[in-house]
Amino acid sequence: MFRNWMQRITLTDVVIWAIGLAILIGVIWGSIVTLGTGKYSTATWIDLTLIGLALGGVYALIALGYTLVYGILRMINFAHSEVFMSGPFTATFAAWALVGAGWWNKYPILSLLIVLGVSAVVSSIIAVLLERIAYRPLRTAPRLVPLITAIGASFFLQYVFRGLYGSGLKGYPEMTILQGFWMLGSIRVFKTQAVAIVGAVIMMLILYGIVQWTKLGKAMRSVSENKEVAALMGIDVDKTISRTFAIGGAAAGMAGILYLLLFPVAHFFMGFFPGLKAFTAAVLGGIGNVPGAFLGAMMLGLLESVGPSLFLDGLGIPAPYQLKDAIAFSVLVLILIFRPTGILGERLAQAKA
Amino acid sequence: MAMLEVENIHSYYGNIHALKGVSLTVDEGEIVTLIGANGAGKSTTLRTITGILKPRDGRVQLDGEDLSHYKPHEIVYKGIAMVPEGRHVFARLTVSENLDMGAYSRNSKQEIADDLERMFTLFPRLKERRSQVAGTLSGGEQQMLSTARALMAHPRILLMDEPSMGLAPVLVEAIFDTIKQINKEGTTILLVEQNALMALSVANRGYVLQTGEIVLNDTVDKLKKDPTVQKAYLGME
Repeated sequence: MFRNWMQRITLTDVVIWAIGLAILIGVIWGSIVTLGTGKYSTATWIDLTLIGLALGGVYALIALGYTLVYGILRMINFAHSEVFMSGPFTATFAAWALVGAGWWNKYPILSLLIVLGVSAVVSSIIAVLLERIAYRPLRTAPRLVPLITAIGASFFLQYVFRGLYGSGLKGYPEMTILQGFWMLGSIRVFKTQAVAIVGAVIMMLILYGIVQWTKLGKAMRSVSENKEVAALMGIDVDKTISRTFAIGGAAAGMAGILYLLLFPVAHFFMGFFPGLKAFTAAVLGGIGNVPGAFLGAMMLGLLESVGPSLFLDGLGIPAPYQLKDAIAFSVLVLILIFRPTGILGERLAQAKA
Repeated sequence: MAMLEVENIHSYYGNIHALKGVSLTVDEGEIVTLIGANGAGKSTTLRTITGILKPRDGRVQLDGEDLSHYKPHEIVYKGIAMVPEGRHVFARLTVSENLDMGAYSRNSKQEIADDLERMFTLFPRLKERRSQVAGTLSGGEQQMLSTARALMAHPRILLMDEPSMGLAPVLVEAIFDTIKQINKEGTTILLVEQNALMALSVANRGYVLQTGEIVLNDTVDKLKKDPTVQKAYLGME
């Protein structure tokens, strides 16, 4: 028994586990040192946590698009970053138009809803067109083909939007009612962050409800299990896939507005990093799984914002905050090595058996 | 006029000529069985009727309407439902959700609720397990679910592909009893089976399919007495 067990362990396993252990020790050691020095106050930790949650909410909404599309077509839609960029970029112009009309601060809630609507609709249309033009003709092709197409479509969309709106940075107008902060007891919460967190959670709940309880959601899940049998139930498979892209696109578009509340600058390349991070979040949570996307995104957001100060600072790394992206992508590598199914992936596999 | 009329269909998988001019009819209220060996084209015939496979020649008519131009999901709305080979329940959906999907083509909430009650009377086991994920059901329960799911579409004709496959003998009997029961309640059935003995015991008429062609076509009583059928499919010498 023991000998069998010994034989199954290869050198690669040993090295990988050694690396994993070293990283774990580094993280714990760094955290102890940082907390021991008391360099950061409680208020700072709370601030970082709130930033992490807000970012996590944005990632969650984008990750939903990756996860739904993966669930239904078993493909990674790498152009989803650009779906995310197209809506908010367009909505920035709508926002300035509202500022010009004097509505922006006069009817702030209405304005915010208009901007959210514009963003969601544009992103949704782009996502649906993307599926119709770039992916549907390749549905029976080998899996590598749509993946490469997705990367091509991603570049295409970036440069179309650069051509349309210019390559410069475009500021997103601030709203007076969202300036400053609220006090929750002794905790100071920036209004933009509060809106981003609450908005993301509400939208995720609505989208989860759609997938779980509506006829469309059940049809989506049926198609993701077996397209042919779904068609035998009378489900229009093409239409269901289109609608999946529409929902994922709308979520990404709304995420874009929340993102602009946190980082008020729009440009044609703005989708790249949030898109990749949302993809990481989807993998972290277990791709194809909606609650997983939410969980993974929140964890990633927190790791990215709290992580640098917590464990990198303690290890004596200068300017640790510059390494937040490195943390996010290290998470992707580590999750693929140690738990490729993601956090909630196992339950999915069990249900399938 | 026959309810379902398959006229001289030729179907292909790539270059393989799987059906070489199959014709069959099913009248309202009948149970018709299609028997044959592995690879004879039984499932292919059903796949052609449901529109998943388009025939290169010939046509399928339901109540005199040509179904050639409809997509598979539209054919369900015409009144044809299928219990696919290997059951294929949606493993990650609950039993209730599977049944909801069966009724996807229908709109009247009241009628769907009535039929759901009917299914739960027909298969009490499904009622006990309604909120359970279908992947956790046993093979027999999955067959019940697959059958109930197809019936939830309230089809005029139910196509069943190898319902007895992989089930214990006692379950096979139960499944065939249900088939009779469903038929008695007014659903026309086209049954594809390898278990010829069971199939011939419930059906009214039968067709024997051999390498893509219908070689025999008669009432079950005559088929049971036919020497070639006895030898090839009933295991008698």
